[in-house]
This record gives sequence, structure tokens and C-alpha cells, in this order.
Amino acid sequence: MKSLRGYLDKIKPKFEKGGKFEKFHSTFEAFESFMFVPDTVTTKGTHIRDANDMKRTMTVVVLALVPALLFGMWNVGNQHFLATGQEASFWQSFFTGFISVLPIIVVSYVVGLGIEFAFAQYRGHEVNEGFLVTGMLIPLVLPVDVPLWMVALATAFAVIIGKEVFGGTGMNIFNPALTARAFLFFAYPSYMSGNEVWTHGMIKGEGIIDSFTGATPLAEAAAGNIDKLPSVSDMFFGFIPGSIGETSTLAILIGAAILLFTGVGSARIMISTVVGGLVMGLILNIFAVNPYMEVPAYQHLMLGGFAFGAVFMATDPVSAAQTAKGKIIYGFLIGFLAILIRVLNPAYPEGMMLAILLMNVFAPLIDHYVIEANISKRLKRVKVQE
Amino acid sequence: MSKVIKIKRGLDINLLGAAEKIIKKADFAEYYAVKPTDFKGIRPKLVVKTGDKVKAGSPLFFDKYHPEVQFTSPVSGEITAINRGDRRVIEEVVIRSDTKIEYEKFSVENSKTLTRDEIISILLKSGLWPVIRQRPYSTIANPKDNPKSIFISAFDTTPLAPDMDFIVKEEATLFQKGIDILSRLTTGKIHLNLNADYPPAEAYTRAKGVQINYFTGPHPAGNVGVQINKIDPINKGDIIWYTYPQEIIAIGRLFEKGIYDVSKIIALTGSEVLHPVYLKIINGACIKSLLKNNIKAGENRFISGNVLTGTKILNQGFIGFYDNQVTIIPEGKYHEFFGWALPGIKKFSASRTFISWLMPHKKFKLDTNMHGGHRAFVMTNDYDKVFPMDIYPVHLIKAIMAEDIELMEKLGIYEVDEEDFALCEFVCTSKIDVQSIIRKGLDLARAEMS
Repeated sequence: MKSLRGYLDKIKPKFEKGGKFEKFHSTFEAFESFMFVPDTVTTKGTHIRDANDMKRTMTVVVLALVPALLFGMWNVGNQHFLATGQEASFWQSFFTGFISVLPIIVVSYVVGLGIEFAFAQYRGHEVNEGFLVTGMLIPLVLPVDVPLWMVALATAFAVIIGKEVFGGTGMNIFNPALTARAFLFFAYPSYMSGNEVWTHGMIKGEGIIDSFTGATPLAEAAAGNIDKLPSVSDMFFGFIPGSIGETSTLAILIGAAILLFTGVGSARIMISTVVGGLVMGLILNIFAVNPYMEVPAYQHLMLGGFAFGAVFMATDPVSAAQTAKGKIIYGFLIGFLAILIRVLNPAYPEGMMLAILLMNVFAPLIDHYVIEANISKRLKRVKVQE
Repeated sequence: MSKVIKIKRGLDINLLGAAEKIIKKADFAEYYAVKPTDFKGIRPKLVVKTGDKVKAGSPLFFDKYHPEVQFTSPVSGEITAINRGDRRVIEEVVIRSDTKIEYEKFSVENSKTLTRDEIISILLKSGLWPVIRQRPYSTIANPKDNPKSIFISAFDTTPLAPDMDFIVKEEATLFQKGIDILSRLTTGKIHLNLNADYPPAEAYTRAKGVQINYFTGPHPAGNVGVQINKIDPINKGDIIWYTYPQEIIAIGRLFEKGIYDVSKIIALTGSEVLHPVYLKIINGACIKSLLKNNIKAGENRFISGNVLTGTKILNQGFIGFYDNQVTIIPEGKYHEFFGWALPGIKKFSASRTFISWLMPHKKFKLDTNMHGGHRAFVMTNDYDKVFPMDIYPVHLIKAIMAEDIELMEKLGIYEVDEEDFALCEFVCTSKIDVQSIIRKGLDLARAEMS
């Protein structure tokens, strides 16, 4: 550790201005501060600083994603062996999933971080840690058999068009991970929807037994086959086909607990999203004219990407509303619209992604009205006095 | 009993090195200084030069914009240095003290019948006027204004803060005298704000001619800006004056004895002090003699004031005009191997991302390390958790960065001060210098108004 520090100090001048590797300054800084928290001290303002920084915050989010990731890996294997009708042990399932999911994660990180590093250097910034989370979110919202070149393309699109054109981390309007998903969803629909894409190996059709359809519960519900919905416990624990990280409500809830406990995630958004979903679900139940509308409201929370979106996507602090009141309105509308789109729009089996992206657009508007209310309250105070 | 105002959002930072409740008379300090940089927005014009002899209460410099506002020597002696910083800005006027202090005499007979103008003129002449400051902008009050009220925060909630109840205990009479004088400066109320969490000193509770308000909750409950915001918020054009208990005692002393005697009690605090105690000193004293044999070895940060808003000084620097505390903490110049990934038993965070949350009553030894690099603005709910006013901190900061004065006004720039944002700066995961931004906003707004 000391010798590593010594080595870094020795090569550091080469990356400074005028040095041989000046062009890699941001990259060097990113790796150096990754291994060693910098020795900078406070110069003005508060003399002490909170130990929490962006790296720590982002690490907590990645940590919160781990349960969903691990379960997702196992479930990929599990669904695969169900489809082929083979008996498999826990570790066989997990390993099958692991080797199918790992390349997606690697591609997402390598492509995304590469672009981030290049932009940081170009702009003369430090590399922001935001992509540590985005790079993990992207694989978790994709079907397992998505071709790797698509992952690379979608990641590049998300980072460049979704984030860097707006000025980089902190300035983006859309959630970058959902931008990646939306890009694939509209550019390559045959790889992002249908019954075959969710189960590993099913597109190639090798050894799939006849009784296995691969349809997600959402697809079954949209087709009106309510009787074919899996049991509530299967949906809660996640023994169903779907995107890699979205199936297990339980694993997502563990992640939510981590985010809320550490204070990293916004409880306001998570709770109001759930409430919004429940309200829309209940409204549909009341006016039910088809079997899909009769699906109990609480079951909607476990279907598709609702839970994953509410916990990990809607709460992205940059693209969400930023005021406390705004967050409640923003979350509520996401939940509300997600169920509305899901049930009433036949074109899109899942509404969560579109609901969040739509509310990303409206978040600044919501904030604007919340702030205006604060301003007019202040002005009113002057008038009362006069 | 008056209404108790509860502050919910905030943060108490438990540090090691709170002062023990013993008041010691400090060793004789040879050097004293008045630092023009302690006063926001003034342009000092010297009236003395090196080698001049002064008495306690003799003018050293005045404000170019308000020539009636004078700054006087705290002790008698000889001017030994005028230290200048960048662009020849005067940073310190240093006085070597006589062993026995000679005072300028100010005529204060019949202090009960003095008119408002006479009181102001004595305060200005003696150099005690600068203890009265105003909101907005936290500048020295303009003697020509008539404030809508005067606020006194009689308790301090900053980390390792001195116990202001303990400090004023013996000075009840002078405190009341100071209040009587203040009450003639405003047609509005004098708000004396006390901490509801413990029985306050009798000097406070028995004070006459004041409106007593109680506050409870974490820091910044003791910040006068928060108290104003909750009791009598500032609108555009409003002016509120504020001052603090020890300053009021000094006013009382001036009108009792006719001398500029700015002795005060400060707390010597921080994890690097061997025996943290209270010290009786004269304002502006050099800290060198105060700290003799009482400091742990190592590279330390010497702060006049508290760790959130204090000023960095040298180990032979001088106590600031408004400060009641000297804090000494270790410098944090070290690289930490994977520091951001460690569990962090010894690390303090307002979030629960380090396992130190398991020990809510633990006292921490914190250093000056930044714990991370500057980043773009990402986290949006951190500030809200520690900012108790009905103001949107992030939006105000962004308005200041955009130099949009009209928007700043709308979002409440007149109600805030740097110190109110100190906790935001502390918790910021992007390590943004929030206090400097707020200062810039206040300066912009002030320049626009004048």
C-alpha cells in the first residue's frame, strides 16, 4: 500500500499539465482517487466535512442493487432449465445465469466508463461516479439474451445523448439507464418484447419443451389470460420470467431498505410511487370491464418493472423532482401513469419505463410550481404587513 | 412560559474536546490585534501608524463608507505592525499591550436619560458599535436605520460551542444594563432567544424589557438567522439588528464605567487541546500564550470560532472580534487507501452510510480532510435535512451561481447568511463550497441595493 502510494506519487507529475501523459489526467485522477481518498484539506468555509462523498453514495446504491442482481442471475438459470425441462441444482442455475449476465455488465461498464473518461478529459473535469450506478442499472433492466453489441450501442446512446449533451452528470434530464432501455425498446423491439426474449436460450429455440411459453405475467395479463398468472408468492419472490433484475420484489425491497436506511434514496418518491400505483389499480378495479382491470391493485406492484422502477429508477436524484413537495407529486404520477399505460394501452405491455421518462420531462415543471408557491408565500407576507 | 419553537431539521455534530466548566484567567497576552477582515463589507482607513501609542478605546481605523463607524484598540500600548495580505488589504492591526491597561474615558453620566442619538454616538466613538450587526447581509448595523426588531441568540448550538448560560452567569447586572441601552435603539421588540432544552441562566430569564422565545432542536436552532426566520421573517426592505450576550455585557460595561473594556470569556475547545477550559481574555488576544503547553503535538488547524464557520488562524494568530471560542483540530493531509469503501467506525456522517451510526452518542475526532473531491451537483435531499428555514436551498444556490439577483430576492436571499448554510456545506456529497456561494450572493444583492 505504501509502495503503491509512492509509485503513484512518482508517476503523478507525468499526468499533470505539461507532463508526458497530460491527456490522461482525468483518467489518472479517477484511478488515484479510487484507490486513495485525496489528501486535500478544507481551505474556506467549514473546517470539517462529512465523511460521505459521491463515491460512497454511489457505492451504497450499487450495494442496494446486489440482491436484485444475484437473484436475477439465479433466476436466469432457473428459467432456462424450466424452459428446457432439465433438473438443475441451485449452483447450476446460478452459474448459468452468471455466465450469461456477466458479459452484459462488463460491456455496459467498459463502454460507459470509456465514454465518461473521454468526456471528463475533454471538459477538464474529474470523472463523476454516477455511471457506477448507471452501468449496473442498464444490465438489470434488459432481457438476458440481448446481443452484446446492442448493450454497447444503447449504453453509448444513453451516456452521450442522454447525459453528456446536456453537460454531463448532474445536468441530464432523463434517467440514463432508462434512456438506454428506451433506445433498445424502440430501435430493436424484437429483442426487447415478445415471449421469447426473457428466457436464456429461447430465441435459438434449443431444446425448449412445448409446454413452456416464456410469457411474462404482464404478457399473460395483457392477453387476458388472468388464470395463467403465477401465484402471488412466485411473483413476490421472483420465480417468473422478466428482465434480469426486475423479477424479485423481495430482492428489490431489500435494496429499498438499504437506500432508505442510509438516507441515500428518497422515501418520498418511493412511497408516493407505490401509492400512485395502488390508486390507479383501485380505480381500474372499480371500473373493471375486462379481466386485466380486475387484477388486484397490490399485484400490480409485483408485476413487471414496477418495483424496480419505483426503487431504483424514479429515485435518481438528478432526473427526479428536487423539492420535497415536488417529489411526492412526481412519484405519485409515475405510479399512477405506469399502471394506466400498462393496463389501458395495448401497444406497451409495460408502462413503468415510459411513465418515469415522461415524468422526468415534467419534473422541472413540477419543481417550478412548488418554488413559485414558495415565492408567492414570501410576497404575500410583505403585503400582509403593509 | 412563552411558546417553544421546535427546530426539526438540523444536525448536531458531536466532537471530542468540549470545554470543562472552569473559568481560568488566561496568561498575559503581549500582543493583540483588530482584524478588518472580521467585518463584512467595510473598507478600512487607518488613523494610526506603526509606533503610535494608543489607549483602550483609541481609534485604529474607520470604515470609508461609514466614517462614523470606528474600530478601536482593545488594550493600551504601541502599534507594532500593520499586516497586509493580497493586494495590500489590511489584515491585522497589531498592538503590543502595556502590562497595565489605560482606558479612554467616555462620558456616560445619567445613562438612564441619554437619548437614542447620544447612545449611538457613544457606541460609535468607543468602537463598540460594530457589535451590533444587521440582517440582511450580516454587516455592521447602519446607525441611521431604525430596525424593526433586535434579536439576541443567547445560546450556541454549533459543535463544541461555549455554554453561553455559563458565561453570563456572573454578569446579570451588566447584561440588564446592556439590554436597557439596546431597548432605546429600536421602536420594535427585543427578542431574547433561549434554549428550551435546559433551564436557562437567571441573567436571561429575569431580563426585563425583552420578549423571551424558546427554541429546541439540533443545530442550527441557535443561529440567529433561523430564529428570525421563525419569529419575524425579513422581507425585502426590512432591517433587523442582532447581537450576542457577551457583546451586550460589554455595552453594559461601557455605560456603567465609561470605558471600552472588551474582556470576554472564550472556550478553548477541540480534540487537540489537552485541557479544554474556559478562559477569561481581552478581545483580539494572540492565542499563543493562551495555548501554552496545552496543545497536542502534530500538525493542527487553529480556528478562531467553531469548526463550521470559524476562521483559520496561525498558531500565533488572534481571536476574531465576534468569536467566543478557539477550536483546535488535526489537519487531514493524508491519503486514505480505499477510504470511501471502509466501514468507517471513526468517520462521522449525517447519512448512515458508515457504520458509525451504530454509536449515536459517540464523540468524534474529526480532521480537516475533504473526504472526497469536488463533483457536479447530484444529491438533492441532503441539504433539506439540515436546513430548517422555509427556503429552497439548492434553488437559491443555483440562482446565486447564475447571478440572477431578482430570483435570489424571490427565493429569500435576505433571510439567510453564510452560517445558516454551514451544515449544507458540511453534508454536501459533492463537496461544494456553499458558504462562499452564499456570501457572493449577499454581496451581489447588497451592491445592487446600494
